[in-house]
Amino acid sequence: MSNSTLYYIPEPSHWPIVGSVGLFTTLIGAALMMLDSAVGTWLLAAGILIVVLMMFGWFGTVISESESETYNAQVDLSFRWGMFWFIFSEVMFFAAFFGALYYARQYSLPWLGGEGPGILTNTYLWEGYEALWPYTANGPGEIGGAFTHMGAWGLPAINTLVLLTSGGTVTWAHHALKAGHRGQLIAGLFLTVALGFLFIGLQAYEYMHAFTDLNLNLGSGIYGSTFFMLTGFHGLHVTIGAIILTVVLFRCISGHFTPNRHFAFEAAAWYWHFVDVVWLGLFVFVYWL
Amino acid sequence: MSEIAAAHDDHHDYHPSGLWRWVTTTNHKDIGTLYLWLAMIMFFIGGAMALVIRTELFSPGLQFVDPQFFNSMTTLHALVMIFGVVMPAFTGLANWQIPLMVGATDMALPRLNNWSFWILPFAFAMLLSTMFMDGGGPAGGWTLYPPLTLQTGNALPFVIFSIHFMGMSSIMGAINIIATIVNMRAPGMHMMKMPLFVWTWLITAFLLIAVMPVLAGGVTMLLTDKFFGTSFFNAAGGGDPVMFQHIFWFFGHPEVYILILPSFGVVSSILPTFSRKPLFGYSSMVYATASIAFLSFVVWAHHMFTVGMPLAGELFFMFATMLIAVPTGVKVFNWVATMWRGSMTFETPMLFAIGFIIMFTIGGLSGLMLAIVPADFQYHDSYFVVAHFHYVLVPGSIFAIMAAVYYWLPKWTGNHYPERLGKWHFWLSTIFVNLTFFPMHFVGLAGMPRRIPDYALQFADYNMLASIGAFGFGFAQLLFLYIVVVTIRGGEKATDQVWEGAEGLEWTLPSPPPYHSFTTPPVVR
Ligand code: HEM
Ligand SMILES: [Cu+2]
Repeated sequence: MSNSTLYYIPEPSHWPIVGSVGLFTTLIGAALMMLDSAVGTWLLAAGILIVVLMMFGWFGTVISESESETYNAQVDLSFRWGMFWFIFSEVMFFAAFFGALYYARQYSLPWLGGEGPGILTNTYLWEGYEALWPYTANGPGEIGGAFTHMGAWGLPAINTLVLLTSGGTVTWAHHALKAGHRGQLIAGLFLTVALGFLFIGLQAYEYMHAFTDLNLNLGSGIYGSTFFMLTGFHGLHVTIGAIILTVVLFRCISGHFTPNRHFAFEAAAWYWHFVDVVWLGLFVFVYWL
Repeated sequence: MSEIAAAHDDHHDYHPSGLWRWVTTTNHKDIGTLYLWLAMIMFFIGGAMALVIRTELFSPGLQFVDPQFFNSMTTLHALVMIFGVVMPAFTGLANWQIPLMVGATDMALPRLNNWSFWILPFAFAMLLSTMFMDGGGPAGGWTLYPPLTLQTGNALPFVIFSIHFMGMSSIMGAINIIATIVNMRAPGMHMMKMPLFVWTWLITAFLLIAVMPVLAGGVTMLLTDKFFGTSFFNAAGGGDPVMFQHIFWFFGHPEVYILILPSFGVVSSILPTFSRKPLFGYSSMVYATASIAFLSFVVWAHHMFTVGMPLAGELFFMFATMLIAVPTGVKVFNWVATMWRGSMTFETPMLFAIGFIIMFTIGGLSGLMLAIVPADFQYHDSYFVVAHFHYVLVPGSIFAIMAAVYYWLPKWTGNHYPERLGKWHFWLSTIFVNLTFFPMHFVGLAGMPRRIPDYALQFADYNMLASIGAFGFGFAQLLFLYIVVVTIRGGEKATDQVWEGAEGLEWTLPSPPPYHSFTTPPVVR
């Protein structure tokens, strides 16, 4: 690590503005797609391309600065604080959806079924509706038609094992990195990435099963809404985490990181543990209880 | 080491010029300036929208704009003022001041800092463009309640994405501010020595990171309800529109503290300078700020008293809300005690700060009235609420921002602003802001509903006064713009300390400070 006492202030950079243009294009594309406009898809694709380009450029710069030891320990600490609070913001993002699940199960659905203050609603608006999570959780309007809910002890349980194991392998890799065992590091990381993609594959399989066999999708009332929003955003985060870990794996293979200087590795590992913990919440509250 | 230092120096030789300098800058002062100018521009845009509203309400009847457009004006005015003016202005102040106040070279994550800013122009371009779309701009209120908001035309996804954009910007900005405060303090600058502006921003940044993602989640659910068939806010599918209100206000109430806490910091910096006395009760100020922030997470449903909650909920949220008055009272007490027997002078920043204390307190007291459940059943959705939040936001947050600009502008530019004009600006603003918002208490208590383009005849006189006040206030702000511009261009030179009674690290640097603030950290005794 650079032992300069000067805090490294990077030179002016064009990557942020590239990122803004990229995101702007992406979001306009997405909005136009929702409004059924033909150019939407193209804009979306172009925007994503720009964002990917920005990531290559921006992260590439940071990686080369890191490898040339431009940073001192204080900069490293800033990165750590940054990553920590970023993950906290992600936790709060999931909290919104967990909150929705909680509210739906504890309040809105029972009220629709006539519990407590919902008695009049039930009597006059939805007579005969009985609120039973998850069986009648597509609401009194039976939105999306009859469906079967997703059980916990088949694939989801396997997926839990897969993710928990990957949490273990990434920790193993971390210990190996700190002990200077490159071989074990790469093996541990490779296993983590592989398990990550296995999880995504199994999740995709579960979704296909839900769509085709269970008639369960985003439109299946509040059950389908919360199920797919939570598992979908989680799956997206697993994908992002797996991509980050892949990049870190390639960096390990090309000899980056030292036993006491490997912020990127740790950031990726933190992120991965975060994804892991969210999954445990999902397993308990979405699948199991 | 020497090689590294050389490479380091090379980096600093890269100084693009013209517009590209501002687009690519990683310097906290440049970025602070950008934020402040963005806030200024949005202030006039949001102000113009307010004047459309006040023109329509000048007299009863529908005469000037059609109701749909009127409603989109109230919605956009709020979104622009909150996300486009107060938040960026405070972030701009944070960018300029926090490194100077804690003795740092720059912000902790300079490239991220650039991105936090440069997302915003795109966000607001997107938001404002919705006015010209099929179906008009968003017109369901800034609170975006479903099902009304789901009736928005083509604008809906753009509005929601622009909110995502603003959220990203705020979160990244907040992360940077926290990293700077915890990691960049000069040796000896202990947490309990930090200026209150730094403290209040630290806590604000925490609030931002905690609640902006919740808003993002909430509006994402609106989007999927509209376009992907989910039923979050649809009772037929087992959801509940009230659920959105809970999610929104879980963000919304901490958000109003995001809009006010940095003002507390500004006022706590200015009062000691012009009273020539240290701040009274420094540590109680820190704890009061922290308790306000904590309590702000458990009071959200005071915005929803009339929506139909279980009684226990109504009571809990009423008492929790009233509890906030305690730490707020501590603050007001400390401010008054700071001035007590000080040798006070009344330069423009001090005038704005004192105006803040008085008028913010009026807003706080009407807030207490609103917190009483049975009373709120009467006041809710009336102009009384409009009077409340404008008192805390305009002579509250906006006055604090003005105070901060007058206070630090000589430091930033090296020039004194024209004091006489500054005083004119203060008195015109104060008179007109009260003329605008005070009558709203009366019409509100008498039952005039908010967000409606027409009203019953008996409210006519007060509305006419309010409209006159609004135009007066609006034009007074042109004076502010003028003052800022002439001060940047020149004026009487400021000393390093600028104000006789000023204390703190920022006043040890030259005015204007060098491009890189403290390249070697100062030592704080
Ligand atoms: C002394 C502490 C405060 C109390 C007890 C309080 C209480 C309340 C209550 C009960 C309401 C809901 C009224 C209704 O809709 O019926 C309200 C609305 C509001 N308050 Fe406060 N408030 C306080 C301070 C603040 C501050 C500091 C700000 C911002 C700087 C603020 C901004 C707002 C806004 C924007 C609304 C209206 C939101 C909307 O419906 O559009 N309040 N306040
Ligand atoms: Cu509130």
